[in-house]
Amino acid sequence: MMKQHLAILCDNKPGVLTHVAGLISRRAINIEYINAGYTEEPDVTRINIVVSVEDQRALNQAILQLARLIDVIKVVNLDEAPFISSELAMIKVKVGSTQELSDIANLADLFHAKIVDVNPGAVVMRVTGREDHIEALLQMLKDYEIIEMARTGQISLSRGSNAVKKM
Amino acid sequence: MKLNGAQVVIESLKKENVDVVFGYPGGVILPLYDEMYKAEYPRHILPGHEQGAVHAADGYARATGRPGVCFATSGPGVCNMVTGIATAYMDSIPLVVFSAQVSTKAIGRDSFQEADITGITTPITKHNYLVKKIQDLPRVIKEAFLIATTGRPGPVLVDIATDVFRAEIDFAYPEEVHLRGYKADFTGDESAVDRAVAAFKEAKKPVLMTGGGIISSNTAEFVRKIVEATGVPVVTTLMGKGAVSDFYDAHLGMVGMHGSYTSNMSITQCDLILAIGARFSDRVTGDVAKFAKYATVIQFEVDNVEIDKIIHADIPVTGDLRWSMPLFADKVLESAAELKKNFAPWREELLKVKAKHPFVSRKLKGKITPERLYKTILKHADKDAIVVTDVGQHQMWTAQFYDVDLPRHFLSSGGLGTMGFGLPGAMGAKVGCPDKQVILFTGDGSIMMCCQEFATLHRYGIPVKVFLLHNNVLGMVNQWQRLFFGGRESQSIVKDLVDFPAMVKAMGLEGVKVTDPKKLNSVVKAALKSKNSVLIDVAIPNDENVFPMVPGGKHLDQMILQDTLD
Repeated sequence: MMKQHLAILCDNKPGVLTHVAGLISRRAINIEYINAGYTEEPDVTRINIVVSVEDQRALNQAILQLARLIDVIKVVNLDEAPFISSELAMIKVKVGSTQELSDIANLADLFHAKIVDVNPGAVVMRVTGREDHIEALLQMLKDYEIIEMARTGQISLSRGSNAVKKM
Repeated sequence: MKLNGAQVVIESLKKENVDVVFGYPGGVILPLYDEMYKAEYPRHILPGHEQGAVHAADGYARATGRPGVCFATSGPGVCNMVTGIATAYMDSIPLVVFSAQVSTKAIGRDSFQEADITGITTPITKHNYLVKKIQDLPRVIKEAFLIATTGRPGPVLVDIATDVFRAEIDFAYPEEVHLRGYKADFTGDESAVDRAVAAFKEAKKPVLMTGGGIISSNTAEFVRKIVEATGVPVVTTLMGKGAVSDFYDAHLGMVGMHGSYTSNMSITQCDLILAIGARFSDRVTGDVAKFAKYATVIQFEVDNVEIDKIIHADIPVTGDLRWSMPLFADKVLESAAELKKNFAPWREELLKVKAKHPFVSRKLKGKITPERLYKTILKHADKDAIVVTDVGQHQMWTAQFYDVDLPRHFLSSGGLGTMGFGLPGAMGAKVGCPDKQVILFTGDGSIMMCCQEFATLHRYGIPVKVFLLHNNVLGMVNQWQRLFFGGRESQSIVKDLVDFPAMVKAMGLEGVKVTDPKKLNSVVKAALKSKNSVLIDVAIPNDENVFPMVPGGKHLDQMILQDTLD
């Protein structure tokens, strides 16, 4: 299976997410992440998805099927050129002692994560980075109790001055 | 001009030259029906069931090439259309379905007769809309007709909140609409056409496969030019039947699960497939890995999603057939004589096989066999009759035995295989083509799924000839059970269900029963001569199989043939 990062530009209209999500389900496309947000154009939404596909043919089908939706303006596979990818995660870790608090703070520091909430029983750290960066931090936190966690999934942009809408 | 939303719908339909709507009134769509009443436009057909309305609109669209239009109320009304919308979607039929939704404020509150129909129909429409603001309505209707009828056609649903019917706007119907994610221009790359021409010239054993795309794009004339000039052998998918006349000598018949021996063998042996507007459905290919092993595949297709979806296309020509077919035909005709010579030995070989392996029924004394029935009907029916089918054994027999000459003259639910499509589909076809004879073939299973529409035929005086192939079994189910399920006929025997002639008589139509083959000719002749709708209830053997048959997962040359069993 290969993971590919797709950027979907679509109309910022009601029903678009239903159409995209409906297609993903109907065509049995495996997705690892999906997120959506505003763009530099007010009437355009950008949906970032990471798909997990069997081979190139399945990938092409997924891209063509998505592009065929009426409210989808463009689908670009970012893996075809250099791109940067990042994710934001917030992790709530249980803190039992002052020693633990300082250990966790050190760990956070090493991963360029920020402690954004401190309570007698827990801290919340915020970390951004590539998926493997976050996975590495989670690995180090195995010795502690993670109370809860929220992750955005990857968002990606191509490197250089080109934009997806012009690709 | 100040108009309310209901008037906007009516005026927009005028702009789109809609001459008939198939619909059913109810709660929240009442404002629209009220304006329709006042405007005395459009012509409206009220069926017995919303499913009848949508299949009728579909049959109308298949027969005429114009988009079929439906009205339905919210909730149960439009939910009853779901099967019909899916039917149209699978066969790429242009429909515009208008449904009313509960008022904007009531949406999302489980209101009376509320259903999220845009959510429900997302996977079975080309596109859909929920209109909550009157300002959006004219543009949405314009877009709906554009999307439904251009490129690869398909159904579009427009769901309108009922308060929008009452809101007012200064009405102007947009001349054009601009969609960033959809361009209605589907021209392609001419060099792809050149590659296709070059490969076609190289071929020694080509087969031209006609698909439904030729019919929906009205490009049969170009395909026919190629066929006539080169003598290339033709096979057809179910949806492509009529694209090239069944009377063409090197038309080998339908291909696939119930395709002819010659068609299936030709695909297995050919060195080139020229697929035009066909999507390689699993009912056509059988085992994909072994499909046309020796062939270069050229695929002319408007929808680029269909390229490499099932079968790898060596030479894809993506674009509207209205663009590619005239170009291709011109280029091919330049060297037609050469091609004719190239193809001649292969063609002769196939013609011999074809003569040896026609479609046949078992020879049974004292019984009306499907073969005999169709041959009798073909003798008496108009040459340009529109033939409609329901779904099951009779559908395959119609495709096998009934030769049609023209496109849009064989209408059948191919992709979805919807039992119940036939009667309303035939009704819609007759509404669209009142001057043509419309003949429905149905079964004792299928007919019960939409038989309420006999009453509609009577109400509007729409004459349809209905041949009911009556075998007291759900034939195709029963055939599979006898062949692949150890003969356990689970829930497929429907003996003595209904007295069908009496049933249609109760709805105001004529009905006649025929069991004796000696009487068949006179009954068929009289029924087809009549000006009215007639149901002809024909007793056929209950254990007749549709053969050839390629069992699921087998390859096309692994057919069960009629004479291998007897």
